[in-house]
Amino acid sequence: MSEDEENREMVEIFVMGKRYKVPKGLTIMTALEYAGYKFVRGCGCRGGFCGACATIYRTEDEYKFKMDLACQTAVQDGMFLVQLPFVPAVREDFDIEEVDPKDNDNVMLDYYSEIARCVSCNTCTKACPQDIEVMDYVQAALRGDIERCAELSFDCIQCGLCSIRCPADIKHYHLAQLARRITGRYIHEHSDELEKRVQEIKNGEYDDKMKEMVEMEMEELKKLYEERDIREEG
Amino acid sequence: MSDGYPDYMRESIKKVEETRKERMGKNYDRMTPSEGEEVLNNFHPDYKKEGKEELKIGPSKGRKVPTELAKLLRARSLIDPSEIDLTQVDYDVDVLIIGGGGAGTVAALWSVYEGIEPENILISTKLRHGDSNSMMAQGGMQAADKDDDSPIRHYLDAIGGGHFTNVPELVKALTIDGPKILKWHEELGIMYDREEDGNFVELPGGGTSRYRLHSSGDYTGMELMRVLRDEAENLDIPVLEFTPAVELLKDDKGQVAGALLMNLETNEYYVVRAKSTVMATGGFGRLHVQAFPTTNHYGATGDGLIMGYRAGVPIRDLDSVQYHPTGAAFPDQIVGLLVTEKVRSLGAQPVNMDGELFVNPLEPRDIEAAAIIRECKGREKGVTTPTGMQGVWLDSPLIEMKSGEGTIEKTLPAMVRQYERFGIDITEEPILVYPTLHYQNGGLVINDDGSTPVKGLFAGGEVEGGVHGKNRLMGNSLLDYNVFGRRAGLTAAKHAKKASIGELTLDHVDDYNQQIEDAGIKTDRKSPLLLPEYRGKKVLERHLDVEVTL
Repeated sequence: MSEDEENREMVEIFVMGKRYKVPKGLTIMTALEYAGYKFVRGCGCRGGFCGACATIYRTEDEYKFKMDLACQTAVQDGMFLVQLPFVPAVREDFDIEEVDPKDNDNVMLDYYSEIARCVSCNTCTKACPQDIEVMDYVQAALRGDIERCAELSFDCIQCGLCSIRCPADIKHYHLAQLARRITGRYIHEHSDELEKRVQEIKNGEYDDKMKEMVEMEMEELKKLYEERDIREEG
Repeated sequence: MSDGYPDYMRESIKKVEETRKERMGKNYDRMTPSEGEEVLNNFHPDYKKEGKEELKIGPSKGRKVPTELAKLLRARSLIDPSEIDLTQVDYDVDVLIIGGGGAGTVAALWSVYEGIEPENILISTKLRHGDSNSMMAQGGMQAADKDDDSPIRHYLDAIGGGHFTNVPELVKALTIDGPKILKWHEELGIMYDREEDGNFVELPGGGTSRYRLHSSGDYTGMELMRVLRDEAENLDIPVLEFTPAVELLKDDKGQVAGALLMNLETNEYYVVRAKSTVMATGGFGRLHVQAFPTTNHYGATGDGLIMGYRAGVPIRDLDSVQYHPTGAAFPDQIVGLLVTEKVRSLGAQPVNMDGELFVNPLEPRDIEAAAIIRECKGREKGVTTPTGMQGVWLDSPLIEMKSGEGTIEKTLPAMVRQYERFGIDITEEPILVYPTLHYQNGGLVINDDGSTPVKGLFAGGEVEGGVHGKNRLMGNSLLDYNVFGRRAGLTAAKHAKKASIGELTLDHVDDYNQQIEDAGIKTDRKSPLLLPEYRGKKVLERHLDVEVTL
C-alpha cells in the first residue's frame, strides 16, 4: 500500500471499465488526474461554466445512467464512468438581422423544425447537469414563446448531454442559443441611457476633458481620485 | 455529496449569525491611502521580496517577474527549428488569431467587419473555441452609460485603482469605447439584466465610484462568450481546436509572419503564414504563482507571453498579480474557485471567526485581498478548515435581508448551484473565502490601436499589459477583451491589406536559445507550457517515457 492509501479513505472507480483506487472526496476530474490521466479533451474551466467535462456514469447497484460534470461531482465507490467531451449536433447558421420574430410567426421552427418531433419524454431534462427544464423550453420554442425559451435555458453551459440523449434528435442547446439572441436583440427593450451616451461620445463631447485627463500631472490626478465622491447606496 | 459545514465551523457561524442584524446596513470606513499602503506592504503577496526573479535575457532584461513565469521565460523552445520545414505552408491567411477566447473571437469578428473575408482568417486555439477565462467571468462588465456617470469618471476609477501605473492612452481607449461595446452587444443580442424600461440593472464593484457593472446573473462571462462564439460560427470563421501555436514565425524582414501550430492529438505541426497575427492567449493563472490556488481556466498557462517575448515584444507590470479577495476556501473540492465580487456588490460583508466586520466590502481588489490575509495570518481571526485552509466568512444571507428573499437565487444561480452540490445553502449560511490567483495584471506591451512594438503582431485581452497597471478593477477585464480585441482585430485587418510577407524563419527562436546559453542559464525546461501538470505523484514517479508504435 502506498503512503496515500494508508492515510486516506479510498474508493474504487472504473474509468471506461478499468479499475482505479482514488481518494474519497475528489471530484471525478481530479480523481482521473490522480489516477494518471492528463486531460487534453474533457477538461475546461474546472468550475462548472463551460460544459467540457460532461460525464456519463452509473453506480454498481444502479441500472440507470446518470449524467453530470466531472469538475463538479465527487467520486463515489463503484462508479463506472466515461467522458463525453464532444457532441456532433448540427447547428444552423443564421443572420441576426433576419430573425426578427415580428416578421415571422415562428422563426424557431424555420431553423429547428425537428422540435415538432418532441415526444415530451423529458429525457433531456433528466440529462441536464444544470437542472434546467429542458423539455419545457423546447415546448416554449414550439409554441413560439421565444422569451420563455430564452429565460428557461439561460443557465445552459452547452455540454450537449440533452441532445445526445434525445430520441427525436433535437439540438436543444443550439436552438436555445438562437432563442436567447432573438430575445436580447428583438424582444427586450433596449437602453435609452446607453443610446444617449453613445451619441455624446460620437459627437466628441468627452474629447477635451479626456485629453486633459490623459495629460494631467500625477499629483493633480491623485488628488482628483482621492476627492471623488463615491455613490454608496442604490 | 458532502453534508455542509462540520460542527466546529458551525460554532463560528453562530457568532456570525449573532452579529448579523447589528452589522446590517453598517459600513466599514474605506482605508485612507496610507492605511491601504500599510496593509499592502505587509500582507499582499506581490509586495513580498521573495517569489520574484530578474530576467537575464530578452527585450525586458532586468525586469522582475514571478519565479514561476521566469522559469518559463528562460526555458528553451518546445521545438527544434532545424526539424521544421517552413517551405511547406499549410495555411496562408490574412489574419491569424492565436487564442479562441473572448479577445480572439472579438478580434476575428472585427477583422471581418473591416473587410477581411472569413476564409482568410484563422483562429488557432489550444482547447475548444470559447474555452477561456472569459467564459468564467461572473460579476459583469463596466461601461459608463448612466446619467450620473461618464467615461471620464470611469477613467479616474480605473487609473486610481491601478495605483496610477496604467498607460493613460490605454485607459482612455478602455473607458471611451465602453458604451460603444455595450451597444454592439445589444445588437448581437446579448441578454444583460435590465429594468422594465430597457435600461440596465447596474451594480457597484470594488473601487468604482458609480454603479457601472452590467451583468447577466452570475453567468455574465458565459453569456458574452457563447454569443460571440455563435456569431463567429454564423460568419463561418475557420477555427482549429486543440491546435495551439507553439512559436511565432517571422520573415526575413524581421516582422511577425504567422505561427507554428501543433495538433495536440496527433502532434503534427502546421505552418501558418499570415500578414497579421493577433496574440490573444489570455493569462497565466495556472502557473499557480506563490503556490496560490486559482480561479483560472485549465488552459491559462501564459503561452502568449512566452512566444511574444521570444519574438521581441517587451513585457510590463508582470511583477503584480491579481489575487481575487474571495476564492472558495471550503469545501476542499472547490478551493480556489471564484466567489464573485458581485456577492459583495449585493451587500454581503466579509467577517472574521468572531462575526466581526474588519474591512469595507468594496475596497479595490488588492487592498481587500490583503485585508483578508491580514485577518487570517496577522490577527489569527480566520477559520481553519479540516484540510488546513484558512478563510474568513462572506456573510451571504445579508443579501436576502437587504433585498428580500429569493434575491440570491435570482442573481447568483451559478453560486447557489455550486454550493448546493456540497450541502451548503448560501441563502442561509455564509461562505468561507480566502484570496485566490485570479488575473495577470500586466503582459505584452501594446499601443492603443492593439499593435505591439513588433511589426505584424497585435494583442488584446489578458495577454497584454498596461490597461490596468498593477491592479485591475472588477468588470474591466470583460471590457478589456472587447475593447482591445476589437482594436487589435481592426488594426490587424488594416495592416493585412497592405503587408507583404517574405521568407519564413524561426531564426529568432535559435537566437533566443543562444541568449540562454550566453547568459549561462542552465535549464532542462521547455516552454510554452500548454497544459498544467495535475497527475498523481505516484503515477508520475513510475511514468515511462515510451512512445507506443503499432
